[in-house]
Amino acid sequence: MLPELGHFALILALFLAALQAFFGIAGAAAGRERWMAAVTTAVAGEAVMVATAMACLMASFIGDDFSVTYVAENSNSALPLFYRVTALWGAHEGSLLLWIFLLAAWTVAVAAASRRLPARFAARVLGVLGVVSFGFLLFTLATSDPFVRLDPAAADGRDLNPILQDPGLAVHPPILYTGYVGFSVAFAFACAAMLEGRLDQNWARWTRPWTTVAWAFLGCGIALGSFWAYYELGWGGFWFWDPVENASFMPWLVGTALIHSLAVTDKRGLFKSWTLLLAILAFSMSLLGTFLVRSGVLVSVHSFAADPQRGIFILAFLIVMIGGALSLYAWRAPLLRSAAGFELGARESFLLFNNVLLVIAAATVFAGTLAPLIADSLGLGTLSVGPPYFNPTFMMSMLPLLALLAVGIHANWKRGRLGDKWRMLLNTLVAAAVIGCGLVFGIYRHGQVLTPVGATLGVWIILASLVDPIDRWRRRLSLSRAVLGMTVAHVGLGLVVIALTTVQSFTIERDVAMSPGASVAVGGYEFRFDGVSPVEGPNYSALAATLVVTRDGMPVTVLRPQKRQYWVQRQVTSETAIRMFRGDNILLALGEDLGAGRWSVRVQIRPLVTLVWLAAFIMACGGALAASDRRYRAVKVAAPAEEAAALERGT
Amino acid sequence: MNRYFVPLAVFALLAVVLAIGIRHAPEKGVIASPLLGRPAPQFSLPELSQPTQQVRSADLKGRWYLFNVWGTWCGECRAEHETLLQVQRTGVIPLIGLDWKDDERDARAWLAQLGNPYQAVAVDASGRVAIDWGVYGAPETFLVDPRGIVVYKHVGALTQEIWSHEILPRVSAPGTKKS
Repeated sequence: MLPELGHFALILALFLAALQAFFGIAGAAAGRERWMAAVTTAVAGEAVMVATAMACLMASFIGDDFSVTYVAENSNSALPLFYRVTALWGAHEGSLLLWIFLLAAWTVAVAAASRRLPARFAARVLGVLGVVSFGFLLFTLATSDPFVRLDPAAADGRDLNPILQDPGLAVHPPILYTGYVGFSVAFAFACAAMLEGRLDQNWARWTRPWTTVAWAFLGCGIALGSFWAYYELGWGGFWFWDPVENASFMPWLVGTALIHSLAVTDKRGLFKSWTLLLAILAFSMSLLGTFLVRSGVLVSVHSFAADPQRGIFILAFLIVMIGGALSLYAWRAPLLRSAAGFELGARESFLLFNNVLLVIAAATVFAGTLAPLIADSLGLGTLSVGPPYFNPTFMMSMLPLLALLAVGIHANWKRGRLGDKWRMLLNTLVAAAVIGCGLVFGIYRHGQVLTPVGATLGVWIILASLVDPIDRWRRRLSLSRAVLGMTVAHVGLGLVVIALTTVQSFTIERDVAMSPGASVAVGGYEFRFDGVSPVEGPNYSALAATLVVTRDGMPVTVLRPQKRQYWVQRQVTSETAIRMFRGDNILLALGEDLGAGRWSVRVQIRPLVTLVWLAAFIMACGGALAASDRRYRAVKVAAPAEEAAALERGT
Repeated sequence: MNRYFVPLAVFALLAVVLAIGIRHAPEKGVIASPLLGRPAPQFSLPELSQPTQQVRSADLKGRWYLFNVWGTWCGECRAEHETLLQVQRTGVIPLIGLDWKDDERDARAWLAQLGNPYQAVAVDASGRVAIDWGVYGAPETFLVDPRGIVVYKHVGALTQEIWSHEILPRVSAPGTKKS
């Protein structure tokens, strides 16, 4: 009964989304107030229906209803309650439902905040969100219904994909999706502005917090995914340039550009058409990511079961949404020219560089991700693009971006003269070079070509970001949350740069053969192999190697990587031992028995790898802080007379 | 034409590429796997009918084999079982089964009742080996060549058509067909 109820609720949600889209867009176009007033009702109704569908599916999971195909394929009666709940988004159909649910949640938030927006504009924003919602609901109902019954019912379920039976990976999708879906709000604001044919600085002020929050969520989601791939799965790396990873990284890059472009539109009323384009692009990247992951056109270690029919549907949806928005852009953007100008060297020009470089970075990732597909369509055969392509090309656009950042945040709006700030910038650069290179070479005494460059840039960004806030704090001047948030995010970026530089330059991976009592020195650490001893677990017996780790004669830790043999399955697994020591991440894995007490041991030392995730999290916190600034909440509705005039002008 | 049309034009081009990508996708959905052209993952698991013995990937080197992932809970697996038996009767290539996240007694009963097409069945009760092979859902079938390289993968029930058009040509004329 419950699955049917959920299915029915989804169908109702589809109709309500259609109403929301129609009343929103047509109501605003015709200037009918009653139609526009109906939009919020439709939004509320749709949200209730989607929540009902979610609740029904969750109840089927919790109640082990294996007569539902999706539950039978992704759950099991022995699965703990927590994973029975998170199994809901463990595969394609449920992920889509989660997408729709989060979209409904964002839409409700926008509707609740829309009292501060002009009625007509708010109706358009909600109308566009209705179109997006409608598309996804139709997609789900037509190709990926999670409520399909299984006849006869399965005795027990197939169980959740084992990789997903981990608390971290269980919460990763909702956070990531909240970011993905959040860009739909910026997209809706952009489309509404284009339909209106008007875009002022208030528009940018409305759009900014939504975009920044979505960006922060996306950043958190990406960092979480990377963290668990390293820690839990023991894949031995934290970023693989895999299509699915790229699919989440591209909207993040474009979103970063959008945040900065919005700042210019907000403060100076410039970059209007560029901001619109970025808002469309950021959401397009989210949709495209969905397409690439779901359609099976690209191969990934994370792939969902491929289904070309779903691919055709998403492609059609992409063409309608992105094609529609870009047509609107081609038609309307020329109306939004701004008269004001700026000098080369002004802050605007630096933010323009920022935008261009971030878009180039996204484009290179995009090209690399789609290269196999393009080569295939041109009949050039199978082609695979990996880190040897991504690392250098990505760095080519990132290095100038990082180099310009420190100068850019101190540049003045409009005027190109930096004045006496040159001296301060030069001082911080010298200090950064001394600190950065000093630390790196002081600790590691070697490096690669880009090591000093990365270390210097990272420290410079941090120092330059902190100069103004510290100065204001010492003079007891107030600091807005927006500025504080920006500073935190930039410091986070500086830390990411330092961490990545260190990891890339100084990671050590060695496979060594060890006899009991023997020692081996790797990366400044001394590993003494004390042999292998049996260990009994609850449902396995294991051989645990004992390795005593010392540094300069001082004990660091004792690590015990294991080889486990499970009794029931008689299956051998390898348990790595991971330990942090002064920022170094030491990973040990027990390899093969080489006979006569000798074993092969894999030693990996990654310095500062933890800082990569931590710093990414700091960046996201900066975004959240900035989005909470009071000025975004204080935006007033345009004066009634002005709005009436706008209504009269029509579209 | 002005510059505001450029994004639309670029997108149109992209849409064409994606459309072509999809047209190739049915075929790709079947063969595409990160494992293709790479060595098959190592495993060492107990044998279903003789639990004291191990099925080891190392022992399978030097000859072709079909690696078939199945489970008694999987409806599609029952659908492909007849095909598997026919493949076994041809004697062209041995079938190695991976009994994935299954009850061992059910699995033995299943083979006793429907017939056993497998030369050996590895029991993967925890599903770890299936993770290594990138299995998303049963049934899945991998073709592994004598060097231990995965040359073909089929997702879903194996059919006579897949057998005679995709697998047989690869096994009988190795080297002529690129993976």
